[in-house]
Amino acid sequence: MSELLVHRGGLHTTVQDIGRDGHYSLGIPPSGAMDQYSYRVANMLVGNPDGAAALEVTYVGPRIEFTDDRYVAVTGAEAAVTVNSEPVERWSTLTVRAGDVLDFAMLTAGARPYIAVSGGIGVDSYLGSRSTYTLTGLGGFQGRALKNDDRLPLGDDSVAPPTVGSTVPEKLRPTFPEVATLRTMIGLCSYRITDESMREFTEVPWKVTKDADRIGYRLRGGSLRFVDRKVPHGAGSDPANVVDLGYPIGSIQVPGGDEPIVLLNDAVTAGGYATVGTVVSVDRDTIAQTKSGDQVRFEPVDLDAALAARRDRRERLERTRESLRR
Amino acid sequence: MATTSVELPRARYDYGGDEFIFVELDEAMSLEANFKAMAITSVLREENIEGVIDICPSNASYLIRIDPDRVHPAELVAHLESLEQTVQPLAEDKTLHTRLVDVPVLYNDPWTHETLMRFRDRHQDPEASDLEYAARINGFGTVSQLIDALSGAPFLVTMIGFVPGLPFCYQMVPRDRQIEVPKYVRPRTDTPERAFGYGGAFAVVYPVRGAGGYQLFGLAPAPVFDLTQSLADFRDSIVFPRPGDILRYRSIDQTEFDAVRAEVEKGTFHYRIREYEFSPAHFLADPDGVNVELLEVLYR
Repeated sequence: MSELLVHRGGLHTTVQDIGRDGHYSLGIPPSGAMDQYSYRVANMLVGNPDGAAALEVTYVGPRIEFTDDRYVAVTGAEAAVTVNSEPVERWSTLTVRAGDVLDFAMLTAGARPYIAVSGGIGVDSYLGSRSTYTLTGLGGFQGRALKNDDRLPLGDDSVAPPTVGSTVPEKLRPTFPEVATLRTMIGLCSYRITDESMREFTEVPWKVTKDADRIGYRLRGGSLRFVDRKVPHGAGSDPANVVDLGYPIGSIQVPGGDEPIVLLNDAVTAGGYATVGTVVSVDRDTIAQTKSGDQVRFEPVDLDAALAARRDRRERLERTRESLRR
Repeated sequence: MATTSVELPRARYDYGGDEFIFVELDEAMSLEANFKAMAITSVLREENIEGVIDICPSNASYLIRIDPDRVHPAELVAHLESLEQTVQPLAEDKTLHTRLVDVPVLYNDPWTHETLMRFRDRHQDPEASDLEYAARINGFGTVSQLIDALSGAPFLVTMIGFVPGLPFCYQMVPRDRQIEVPKYVRPRTDTPERAFGYGGAFAVVYPVRGAGGYQLFGLAPAPVFDLTQSLADFRDSIVFPRPGDILRYRSIDQTEFDAVRAEVEKGTFHYRIREYEFSPAHFLADPDGVNVELLEVLYR
């Protein structure tokens, strides 16, 4: 029997991987692990190939029993983790046997821990991915978050065995600063906002509200003014309305001017609110580790800086892989 | 050359972070802008460019999702700019291969009526129903005249999105005959699955139950989204509508609604579909004449 027995599902634990590409034009977002860095490192630690499905935990962790010998790793947000009530290392290769129970204490920093198990979570792939999209109940484990008493299939455990006790160096783990910086390419429909308000947008800290989930994060902190205009045909009369258009993942829309929404992995793919910029892909990892009450700031960057941030993350992942080989 | 009523401005190109390119063909909605979006994106699909992940035609714009490790965003923008010049959807010989589809709608149905009555405090006109309000502000004497106008001319699917399978549809009539309504003052927290809604100049069918801000005009008995893929029209995709489809939101009565529902429940329902070579230039030169032909082909 190779399953995970879910004693307690946690607040919102879902099966995720690198995401489901190629269906955005049908309104199907990619989903996938929100903090890709932590997710990828978790897979490295257990010897999984890139792209194996793992568990994304939100705020409150699950309690899980194993039914056979496996490698396990927990990365991402900080929370004390135990196996059979004994504290274990995070960001480290662990081994478990049948009957062992992995459990979480309260989070102390960040928002989303990741749990990788050697062999990966063995749910069926749907449209090329095992990621869960709960809005329409698609992919993952029955299209939903884990519940108490679920039995989750595991994949075949014939992976390249990692070195037990391998640990990711502190400097290669994410940090959780008091105000998270989100590098942002300003643009899209930012012409709808006055110059003064766009300055305010990048200067004030924004607080994550309780409406913060995998679809998007709603923020509060400033108040943006719209430029007066003659309403274009089909846009709608509200100052924030534009003719409905595609929303990039990471794009920031401003309905009402005072409640920006950053769209994330389960994004609505299109709509009729003015978008004012896009958080660069790498910094979706950062916002994924903020929670209600935390603060973020938008730092304007250009395309070169966004591409450089991508290279940096790839190099960090490679350095992590190297450090585990030693 | 076809005489066009809308001259498109130069397109505006922008990056949506490192993974998206957004191209705004016009700030205002027009069939011309949508034909351009559709034509450029269909050329792009055929080109099959390495690193292009998603190609999303939108109402008066389009969005491309890329892997910037495989294609440089700036190089792709340069290519898109050249397509803007070379792709001329309104040339006389250009056609779009599309589907004409009959989409039955029970306008003024009891279910959406029940829903909209629960949210009158969020509406522009709490004393009227959504249809009564829309008829009044669009200059129709009665609700049935509005329904005749909606049911009378087909709609072009100008974008799919928001949630899986939701078609944004723009009626194929000149701008002075477009029906326009505002969205709710505050969005509803509930909308029935398959509700036929209208906001701005766009008609939609809600694929799933949920929040919504569009005016509620009716209910479609057949789905646009089917995760179980049990109906024949969903064999290849959980989403039925495609950009460029031409949908006729035909007004039906309760008897036909019940009959279609029964077919859907049994799994035997399929949409009436006709393949069609659509000429944007021909259409813009004579919209009413082409609409007569479209309906003639659809019900032949």
